[in-house]
Amino acid sequence: MSVKLDYQHQQAAHCETGAVSSLFRYYGLDVSEPMAFGLASGLTFAYLPFVKINGLPLMAYRMPPKFILRMLSWRIKGLKIGFKRFSQPQQGQDFVEQKLREGHLVGLQTSVYFLPYFPKEMRFHFNAHNLLVYGYETHKQDTQFLISDPVFSHPVTTDAEHLNQARFAKGALAPKGLAYWFERVPSEIDYDTLLPKAIRFTGKVNGRKNFTLIAGTGGMRRVAKRIERLEQDSPRFRQLFLGHIVRMQEEIGTGGAGFRYMYAAFLQEAAEKLNRTELAQWAQAFIEIGDEWREFALLCARMSKNRGDHSLQEVADALIALSKKEEALYEQLARFR
Amino acid sequence: MKLTDVPQQADALYEGETKLVYAVNESGKLQGAATSGWEAEIIALKDAVDELSQQAQQAYERVLAGVSSPLEYHMYANRMDLPMLAHAMGRFQWQVKRHFNPQRFAKLSEKTRQAYASVLGISVAQLNHLPDLCSQGTTP
Repeated sequence: MSVKLDYQHQQAAHCETGAVSSLFRYYGLDVSEPMAFGLASGLTFAYLPFVKINGLPLMAYRMPPKFILRMLSWRIKGLKIGFKRFSQPQQGQDFVEQKLREGHLVGLQTSVYFLPYFPKEMRFHFNAHNLLVYGYETHKQDTQFLISDPVFSHPVTTDAEHLNQARFAKGALAPKGLAYWFERVPSEIDYDTLLPKAIRFTGKVNGRKNFTLIAGTGGMRRVAKRIERLEQDSPRFRQLFLGHIVRMQEEIGTGGAGFRYMYAAFLQEAAEKLNRTELAQWAQAFIEIGDEWREFALLCARMSKNRGDHSLQEVADALIALSKKEEALYEQLARFR
Repeated sequence: MKLTDVPQQADALYEGETKLVYAVNESGKLQGAATSGWEAEIIALKDAVDELSQQAQQAYERVLAGVSSPLEYHMYANRMDLPMLAHAMGRFQWQVKRHFNPQRFAKLSEKTRQAYASVLGISVAQLNHLPDLCSQGTTP
Protein backbone atom coordinates (compact mmCIF):
# COMPACT_ATOMS: atom_id res chain seq x y z
CA MET A 1 0.00 0.00 0.00
CA SER A 2 1.33 3.39 -0.84
CA VAL A 3 0.01 6.90 -1.36
CA LYS A 4 1.82 9.85 -2.81
CA LEU A 5 0.07 13.19 -3.23
CA ASP A 6 0.81 15.43 -6.17
CA TYR A 7 2.76 17.95 -4.12
CA GLN A 8 5.90 19.98 -4.67
CA HIS A 9 8.17 20.64 -1.69
CA GLN A 10 9.27 24.21 -1.07
CA GLN A 11 11.75 25.43 1.52
CA ALA A 12 10.59 28.02 4.03
CA ALA A 13 12.29 29.95 6.81
CA HIS A 14 9.94 28.98 9.63
CA CYS A 15 8.14 25.70 10.23
CA GLU A 16 4.61 26.86 11.06
CA THR A 17 4.27 29.62 8.45
CA GLY A 18 6.01 27.38 5.92
CA ALA A 19 3.58 24.54 6.59
CA VAL A 20 0.56 26.83 6.25
CA SER A 21 1.88 28.40 3.07
CA SER A 22 2.49 24.94 1.55
CA LEU A 23 -1.01 23.82 2.55
CA PHE A 24 -2.47 26.86 0.79
CA ARG A 25 -0.37 26.14 -2.28
CA TYR A 26 -1.54 22.53 -2.37
CA TYR A 27 -5.17 23.70 -2.41
CA GLY A 28 -4.48 26.18 -5.20
CA LEU A 29 -4.22 29.46 -3.26
CA ASP A 30 -1.06 31.50 -3.62
CA VAL A 31 -0.24 32.63 -0.08
CA SER A 32 3.48 33.16 0.45
CA GLU A 33 5.19 32.42 3.76
CA PRO A 34 5.58 36.12 4.74
CA MET A 35 1.94 36.72 3.78
CA ALA A 36 0.76 33.90 6.03
CA PHE A 37 2.96 35.25 8.84
CA GLY A 38 1.69 38.82 8.49
CA LEU A 39 -1.98 37.90 7.99
CA ALA A 40 -1.87 35.97 11.25
CA SER A 41 -0.12 38.90 13.01
CA GLY A 42 2.66 36.56 14.07
CA LEU A 43 5.28 39.19 14.86
CA THR A 44 6.04 40.01 18.49
CA PHE A 45 8.67 39.89 21.16
CA ALA A 46 8.18 38.11 24.45
CA TYR A 47 10.44 37.54 27.43
CA LEU A 48 9.27 34.84 29.82
CA PRO A 49 11.75 34.68 32.71
CA PHE A 50 9.65 32.07 34.52
CA VAL A 51 9.81 29.56 31.65
CA LYS A 52 13.28 28.04 31.68
CA ILE A 53 14.98 26.08 28.89
CA ASN A 54 18.08 24.39 30.23
CA GLY A 55 18.11 27.04 32.95
CA LEU A 56 17.77 29.98 30.56
CA PRO A 57 14.66 32.16 30.23
CA LEU A 58 12.47 31.77 27.17
CA MET A 59 12.58 34.56 24.60
CA ALA A 60 10.32 34.52 21.59
CA TYR A 61 10.21 36.70 18.52
CA ARG A 62 6.82 35.50 17.37
CA MET A 63 3.46 34.45 18.77
CA PRO A 64 3.20 31.09 20.57
CA PRO A 65 3.02 27.84 18.55
CA LYS A 66 -0.28 27.11 16.77
CA PHE A 67 -1.25 30.82 17.09
CA ILE A 68 -0.72 31.32 13.36
CA LEU A 69 -2.87 28.33 12.40
CA ARG A 70 -5.70 29.34 14.72
CA MET A 71 -5.53 33.01 13.77
CA LEU A 72 -5.72 32.24 10.05
CA SER A 73 -8.55 29.78 10.56
CA TRP A 74 -10.43 32.47 12.51
CA ARG A 75 -9.66 35.47 10.31
CA ILE A 76 -10.00 34.10 6.78
CA LYS A 77 -13.63 33.58 5.88
CA GLY A 78 -14.32 30.15 4.44
CA LEU A 79 -11.10 28.58 5.72
CA LYS A 80 -11.60 25.75 8.16
CA ILE A 81 -8.66 23.91 9.64
CA GLY A 82 -9.35 20.57 11.30
CA PHE A 83 -7.32 19.65 14.40
CA LYS A 84 -7.14 16.24 16.02
CA ARG A 85 -5.12 14.86 18.92
CA PHE A 86 -4.72 11.21 19.86
CA SER A 87 -4.05 9.13 22.93
CA GLN A 88 -2.61 6.11 21.09
CA PRO A 89 0.24 6.34 18.55
CA GLN A 90 -1.34 3.66 16.37
CA GLN A 91 -4.59 5.63 16.12
CA GLY A 92 -2.65 8.72 15.16
CA GLN A 93 -0.76 6.87 12.45
CA ASP A 94 -3.92 5.26 11.02
CA PHE A 95 -5.64 8.62 10.94
CA VAL A 96 -2.82 10.23 8.97
CA GLU A 97 -2.80 7.35 6.48
CA GLN A 98 -6.57 7.63 6.05
CA LYS A 99 -6.43 11.41 5.49
CA LEU A 100 -3.70 10.88 2.89
CA ARG A 101 -5.83 8.30 1.09
CA GLU A 102 -8.63 10.89 1.02
CA GLY A 103 -6.20 13.22 -0.72
CA HIS A 104 -5.49 15.62 2.16
CA LEU A 105 -2.07 17.03 2.88
CA VAL A 106 -1.59 16.55 6.63
CA GLY A 107 0.33 18.78 9.01
CA LEU A 108 1.82 17.33 12.20
CA GLN A 109 3.20 18.76 15.41
CA THR A 110 6.38 16.95 16.39
CA SER A 111 9.42 17.04 18.63
CA VAL A 112 12.64 17.91 16.81
CA TYR A 113 14.66 15.59 19.02
CA PHE A 114 13.21 12.37 17.63
CA LEU A 115 13.35 13.24 13.94
CA PRO A 116 16.26 11.24 12.51
CA TYR A 117 16.83 13.43 9.46
CA PHE A 118 17.79 16.46 11.57
CA PRO A 119 21.53 17.04 11.93
CA LYS A 120 22.60 15.53 15.26
CA GLU A 121 23.71 18.77 16.86
CA MET A 122 20.50 20.55 15.89
CA ARG A 123 18.29 18.09 17.76
CA PHE A 124 16.88 19.59 20.94
CA HIS A 125 13.75 18.82 22.91
CA PHE A 126 11.54 21.34 21.19
CA ASN A 127 8.02 19.95 20.92
CA ALA A 128 6.34 22.39 18.57
CA HIS A 129 7.97 21.68 15.24
CA ASN A 130 5.59 21.52 12.28
CA LEU A 131 5.96 19.31 9.24
CA LEU A 132 3.78 18.07 6.41
CA VAL A 133 3.19 14.48 5.34
CA TYR A 134 2.45 14.00 1.65
CA GLY A 135 2.55 10.23 1.33
CA TYR A 136 3.50 6.85 2.75
CA GLU A 137 4.77 3.49 1.56
CA THR A 138 4.12 0.21 3.34
CA HIS A 139 6.13 -2.92 2.67
CA LYS A 140 5.04 -5.78 4.92
CA GLN A 141 5.21 -4.31 8.43
CA ASP A 142 7.46 -1.40 7.61
CA THR A 143 5.89 1.99 6.87
CA GLN A 144 7.87 4.91 5.55
CA PHE A 145 6.35 8.39 5.57
CA LEU A 146 7.15 10.94 2.88
CA ILE A 147 7.72 14.19 4.72
CA SER A 148 8.00 17.73 3.53
CA ASP A 149 9.74 19.52 6.39
CA PRO A 150 9.32 23.25 5.67
CA VAL A 151 12.74 24.27 6.97
CA PHE A 152 14.64 21.73 4.85
CA SER A 153 15.75 22.34 1.29
CA HIS A 154 14.65 18.85 0.19
CA PRO A 155 11.86 16.37 1.04
CA VAL A 156 12.76 13.57 3.48
CA THR A 157 11.44 10.18 4.58
CA THR A 158 11.03 8.82 8.10
CA ASP A 159 9.92 5.44 9.37
CA ALA A 160 6.67 5.18 11.33
CA GLU A 161 8.40 4.33 14.60
CA HIS A 162 10.51 7.50 14.73
CA LEU A 163 7.65 9.66 13.53
CA ASN A 164 5.34 8.29 16.23
CA GLN A 165 8.00 8.92 18.83
CA ALA A 166 8.29 12.52 17.62
CA ARG A 167 4.52 13.00 17.51
CA PHE A 168 3.94 11.58 20.97
CA ALA A 169 6.88 13.12 22.77
CA LYS A 170 6.11 14.25 26.30
CA GLY A 171 6.89 17.42 28.20
CA ALA A 172 6.24 21.12 27.66
CA LEU A 173 4.02 21.81 24.62
CA ALA A 174 3.53 18.06 24.19
CA PRO A 175 2.10 17.53 20.69
CA LYS A 176 -0.12 14.57 21.69
CA GLY A 177 -0.06 13.44 18.10
CA LEU A 178 -1.67 16.66 16.83
CA ALA A 179 -2.60 16.44 13.15
CA TYR A 180 -4.21 19.24 11.15
CA TRP A 181 -5.56 19.60 7.65
CA PHE A 182 -7.62 22.07 5.63
CA GLU A 183 -11.29 21.06 5.73
CA ARG A 184 -12.63 23.97 3.70
CA VAL A 185 -10.65 26.38 1.58
CA PRO A 186 -12.06 29.65 0.19
CA SER A 187 -11.65 30.42 -3.51
CA GLU A 188 -10.04 33.75 -2.68
CA ILE A 189 -8.94 35.82 0.29
CA ASP A 190 -10.37 39.27 1.01
CA TYR A 191 -7.08 41.10 1.45
CA ASP A 192 -8.65 44.58 1.46
CA THR A 193 -10.28 44.07 4.84
CA LEU A 194 -7.90 41.52 6.35
CA LEU A 195 -4.57 43.26 5.79
CA PRO A 196 -5.34 46.52 7.68
CA LYS A 197 -6.82 44.49 10.51
CA ALA A 198 -3.77 42.25 10.77
CA ILE A 199 -1.35 45.19 10.61
CA ARG A 200 -3.22 47.16 13.27
CA PHE A 201 -3.26 44.12 15.52
CA THR A 202 0.53 43.75 15.30
CA GLY A 203 0.93 47.46 16.10
CA LYS A 204 -1.35 47.29 19.12
CA VAL A 205 0.00 44.08 20.55
CA ASN A 206 3.62 45.20 20.46
CA GLY A 207 3.45 48.96 20.88
CA ARG A 208 2.59 51.28 23.73
CA LYS A 209 -0.93 49.84 24.05
CA ASN A 210 0.52 46.65 25.47
CA PHE A 211 1.02 47.44 29.13
CA THR A 212 2.44 44.04 30.16
CA LEU A 213 6.11 44.10 31.00
CA ILE A 214 7.06 40.93 29.19
CA ALA A 215 5.57 41.24 25.72
CA GLY A 216 6.24 43.66 22.89
CA THR A 217 8.79 46.45 23.23
CA GLY A 218 8.38 46.35 27.01
CA GLY A 219 9.81 42.83 26.93
CA MET A 220 12.81 44.07 24.97
CA ARG A 221 13.54 46.73 27.59
CA ARG A 222 13.27 44.10 30.30
CA VAL A 223 15.81 41.87 28.53
CA ALA A 224 18.09 44.92 28.24
CA LYS A 225 17.89 45.39 32.02
CA ARG A 226 18.66 41.72 32.54
CA ILE A 227 21.71 42.04 30.28
CA GLU A 228 22.98 44.93 32.42
CA ARG A 229 22.61 42.73 35.49
CA LEU A 230 24.65 39.94 33.85
CA GLU A 231 27.66 41.79 35.31
CA GLN A 232 26.90 40.06 38.63
CA ASP A 233 26.55 36.57 37.14
CA SER A 234 29.29 34.04 36.50
CA PRO A 235 31.18 34.38 33.19
CA ARG A 236 29.83 30.99 32.13
CA PHE A 237 26.21 32.04 32.68
CA ARG A 238 26.86 35.33 30.88
CA GLN A 239 28.22 33.44 27.89
CA LEU A 240 25.28 31.03 27.80
CA PHE A 241 22.69 33.78 28.26
CA LEU A 242 24.05 35.87 25.38
CA GLY A 243 24.34 32.79 23.19
CA HIS A 244 20.79 31.88 24.09
CA ILE A 245 19.51 35.24 22.78
CA VAL A 246 21.27 34.62 19.47
CA ARG A 247 19.83 31.12 19.19
CA MET A 248 16.28 32.26 19.90
CA GLN A 249 16.67 35.03 17.33
CA GLU A 250 18.41 33.25 14.49
CA GLU A 251 18.71 29.51 14.80
CA ILE A 252 15.11 28.51 15.33
CA GLY A 253 14.02 29.21 11.74
CA THR A 254 13.14 32.89 11.86
CA GLY A 255 14.14 33.96 8.35
CA GLY A 256 16.83 36.20 9.84
CA ALA A 257 16.71 38.89 12.53
CA GLY A 258 13.95 37.23 14.56
CA PHE A 259 11.20 37.43 11.89
CA ARG A 260 11.80 41.16 11.24
CA TYR A 261 12.89 40.49 7.64
CA MET A 262 9.93 38.21 7.10
CA TYR A 263 7.57 40.88 8.37
CA ALA A 264 9.19 43.43 6.05
CA ALA A 265 8.57 41.03 3.15
CA PHE A 266 4.93 40.83 4.24
CA LEU A 267 4.63 44.64 4.31
CA GLN A 268 6.10 44.84 0.80
CA GLU A 269 3.52 42.36 -0.46
CA ALA A 270 0.74 44.18 1.36
CA ALA A 271 1.88 47.50 -0.15
CA GLU A 272 1.45 46.02 -3.62
CA LYS A 273 -1.92 44.46 -2.84
CA LEU A 274 -3.42 47.58 -1.26
CA ASN A 275 -1.41 50.07 -3.32
CA ARG A 276 -0.37 52.11 -0.28
CA THR A 277 3.04 53.77 -0.24
CA GLU A 278 3.34 54.03 3.56
CA LEU A 279 3.42 50.25 3.81
CA ALA A 280 6.48 50.16 1.54
CA GLN A 281 8.14 52.79 3.76
CA TRP A 282 7.43 50.73 6.87
CA ALA A 283 8.82 47.66 5.11
CA GLN A 284 12.03 49.63 4.53
CA ALA A 285 12.07 50.63 8.21
CA PHE A 286 11.69 46.97 9.23
CA ILE A 287 14.58 45.97 6.95
CA GLU A 288 16.77 48.55 8.71
CA ILE A 289 15.57 47.36 12.12
CA GLY A 290 16.34 43.79 11.00
CA ASP A 291 19.87 44.81 10.07
CA GLU A 292 20.30 46.23 13.57
CA TRP A 293 18.99 43.01 15.12
CA ARG A 294 21.62 41.10 13.12
CA GLU A 295 24.32 43.46 14.42
CA PHE A 296 22.95 43.00 17.92
CA ALA A 297 23.18 39.20 17.54
CA LEU A 298 26.76 39.50 16.31
CA LEU A 299 27.55 41.76 19.26
CA CYS A 300 26.08 39.17 21.67
CA ALA A 301 28.09 36.37 20.04
CA ARG A 302 31.36 38.40 20.15
CA MET A 303 30.68 39.41 23.73
CA SER A 304 30.07 35.81 24.79
CA LYS A 305 33.38 34.82 23.21
CA ASN A 306 35.16 37.87 24.67
CA ARG A 307 36.16 38.91 21.18
CA GLY A 308 36.74 42.59 20.47
CA ASP A 309 36.34 45.38 22.96
CA HIS A 310 32.66 45.40 23.93
CA SER A 311 30.82 45.87 27.18
CA LEU A 312 27.50 44.56 28.48
CA GLN A 313 26.28 48.16 28.64
CA GLU A 314 26.84 48.43 24.90
CA VAL A 315 24.73 45.31 24.27
CA ALA A 316 21.93 46.56 26.52
CA ASP A 317 21.99 50.01 24.90
CA ALA A 318 21.71 48.43 21.45
CA LEU A 319 18.57 46.60 22.58
CA ILE A 320 17.07 49.76 24.13
CA ALA A 321 17.70 51.64 20.88
CA LEU A 322 15.96 48.84 18.98
CA SER A 323 12.96 48.89 21.31
CA LYS A 324 12.56 52.66 20.78
CA LYS A 325 12.71 52.33 17.01
CA GLU A 326 10.26 49.44 16.98
CA GLU A 327 7.87 51.22 19.32
CA ALA A 328 7.69 54.29 17.07
CA LEU A 329 6.96 52.00 14.13
CA TYR A 330 4.31 49.98 15.97
CA GLU A 331 2.52 53.21 16.91
CA GLN A 332 2.19 53.97 13.20
CA LEU A 333 1.05 50.42 12.41
CA ALA A 334 -1.62 50.60 15.12
CA ARG A 335 -3.20 53.62 13.41
CA PHE A 336 -3.24 52.10 9.91
CA ARG A 337 -6.65 52.39 8.26
CA MET B 1 20.62 42.44 4.64
CA LYS B 2 21.42 42.35 0.94
CA LEU B 3 21.34 39.11 -1.08
CA THR B 4 25.10 39.37 -1.56
CA ASP B 5 25.60 39.68 2.23
CA VAL B 6 23.81 36.43 3.09
CA PRO B 7 26.40 34.58 5.20
CA GLN B 8 27.69 31.25 3.85
CA GLN B 9 29.91 30.05 6.70
CA ALA B 10 29.21 26.34 6.46
CA ASP B 11 30.03 24.29 9.52
CA ALA B 12 30.17 20.54 10.15
CA LEU B 13 27.41 21.04 12.76
CA TYR B 14 24.84 21.52 10.03
CA GLU B 15 25.79 18.37 8.08
CA GLY B 16 25.42 20.23 4.78
CA GLU B 17 21.85 21.40 5.36
CA THR B 18 20.88 24.95 4.47
CA LYS B 19 18.35 27.37 5.90
CA LEU B 20 16.22 30.05 4.32
CA VAL B 21 16.58 33.72 5.25
CA TYR B 22 14.99 36.76 3.67
CA ALA B 23 17.31 39.24 1.98
CA VAL B 24 16.97 42.33 -0.22
CA ASN B 25 17.60 41.90 -3.96
CA GLU B 26 18.80 44.55 -6.48
CA SER B 27 15.31 45.98 -6.96
CA GLY B 28 14.84 46.50 -3.21
CA LYS B 29 12.44 43.58 -2.75
CA LEU B 30 12.89 40.89 -0.12
CA GLN B 31 13.24 37.32 -1.29
CA GLY B 32 14.18 33.99 0.22
CA ALA B 33 17.83 32.95 0.02
CA ALA B 34 19.59 29.83 1.24
CA THR B 35 22.30 30.25 3.87
CA SER B 36 24.72 27.55 4.95
CA GLY B 37 25.49 29.15 8.32
CA TRP B 38 26.44 32.31 10.20
CA GLU B 39 29.30 32.95 12.59
CA ALA B 40 27.06 34.28 15.41
CA GLU B 41 24.69 31.30 15.24
CA ILE B 42 27.50 28.78 15.12
CA ILE B 43 29.19 30.26 18.21
CA ALA B 44 25.90 30.18 20.10
CA LEU B 45 24.99 26.65 19.03
CA LYS B 46 28.45 25.32 19.89
CA ASP B 47 28.22 26.90 23.35
CA ALA B 48 24.85 25.29 24.00
CA VAL B 49 25.97 21.85 22.78
CA ASP B 50 29.20 22.18 24.75
CA GLU B 51 27.35 23.07 27.97
CA LEU B 52 25.16 19.98 27.69
CA SER B 53 28.06 17.65 27.03
CA GLN B 54 29.95 19.15 29.99
CA GLN B 55 26.98 18.47 32.25
CA ALA B 56 26.78 14.92 30.90
CA GLN B 57 30.50 14.44 31.51
CA GLN B 58 30.21 15.67 35.11
CA ALA B 59 27.23 13.40 35.71
CA TYR B 60 29.21 10.49 34.20
CA GLU B 61 31.97 11.03 36.74
CA ARG B 62 29.47 11.28 39.60
CA VAL B 63 27.92 7.95 38.55
CA LEU B 64 31.36 6.33 38.40
CA ALA B 65 32.06 7.68 41.88
CA GLY B 66 28.84 6.03 43.06
CA VAL B 67 27.07 9.22 44.17
CA SER B 68 24.54 9.30 41.35
CA SER B 69 22.54 6.90 39.20
CA PRO B 70 22.88 6.33 35.43
CA LEU B 71 19.55 8.16 35.08
CA GLU B 72 21.24 11.51 35.71
CA TYR B 73 23.87 10.83 33.06
CA HIS B 74 21.28 9.73 30.48
CA MET B 75 19.17 12.79 31.23
CA TYR B 76 22.01 15.14 30.24
CA ALA B 77 23.31 12.91 27.45
CA ASN B 78 19.85 13.05 25.88
CA ARG B 79 19.75 16.83 26.17
CA MET B 80 17.30 17.19 28.99
CA ASP B 81 17.49 18.80 32.39
CA LEU B 82 15.63 18.15 35.65
CA PRO B 83 12.58 20.39 35.04
CA MET B 84 12.20 19.02 31.53
CA LEU B 85 12.51 15.37 32.56
CA ALA B 86 10.10 15.84 35.47
CA HIS B 87 7.58 17.55 33.19
CA ALA B 88 7.87 14.80 30.57
CA MET B 89 7.43 12.14 33.26
CA GLY B 90 4.49 13.92 34.87
CA ARG B 91 6.24 13.88 38.23
CA PHE B 92 7.61 16.47 40.61
CA GLN B 93 11.25 17.43 40.33
CA TRP B 94 12.02 16.10 43.81
CA GLN B 95 10.59 12.73 42.82
CA VAL B 96 12.85 12.48 39.79
CA LYS B 97 15.78 13.80 41.82
CA ARG B 98 15.32 10.94 44.31
CA HIS B 99 15.94 8.51 41.47
CA PHE B 100 19.41 9.99 41.05
CA ASN B 101 20.22 8.11 44.23
CA PRO B 102 21.89 4.81 43.15
CA GLN B 103 20.17 2.74 45.88
CA ARG B 104 16.72 4.07 45.01
CA PHE B 105 17.44 3.72 41.29
CA ALA B 106 18.29 0.04 41.81
CA LYS B 107 14.88 -0.51 43.38
CA LEU B 108 12.90 1.13 40.59
CA SER B 109 10.14 -0.95 39.04
CA GLU B 110 10.35 -2.13 35.44
CA LYS B 111 7.39 0.11 34.61
CA THR B 112 9.09 3.27 35.87
CA ARG B 113 12.28 2.36 34.05
CA GLN B 114 10.30 1.86 30.87
CA ALA B 115 8.70 5.29 31.30
CA TYR B 116 12.09 6.96 31.77
CA ALA B 117 13.55 5.08 28.81
CA SER B 118 10.74 6.04 26.44
CA VAL B 119 10.86 9.70 27.48
CA LEU B 120 14.60 9.76 26.91
CA GLY B 121 14.32 7.85 23.63
CA ILE B 122 16.58 4.96 24.71
CA SER B 123 16.03 1.33 25.70
CA VAL B 124 15.71 0.10 29.29
CA ALA B 125 18.96 -1.84 28.90
CA GLN B 126 20.73 1.38 27.92
CA LEU B 127 19.14 3.26 30.81
CA ASN B 128 20.37 0.78 33.43
CA HIS B 129 24.05 1.17 32.61
CA LEU B 130 26.57 3.80 31.70
CA PRO B 131 27.88 3.54 28.16
CA ASP B 132 31.56 2.65 27.87
CA LEU B 133 32.82 6.03 26.70
CA CYS B 134 36.52 5.13 26.68
CA SER B 135 36.24 2.30 24.18
CA GLN B 136 34.04 4.37 21.87
CA GLY B 137 36.59 7.16 21.98
CA THR B 138 33.90 9.83 22.06
CA THR B 139 32.72 12.27 24.66
CA PRO B 140 29.00 12.14 25.40
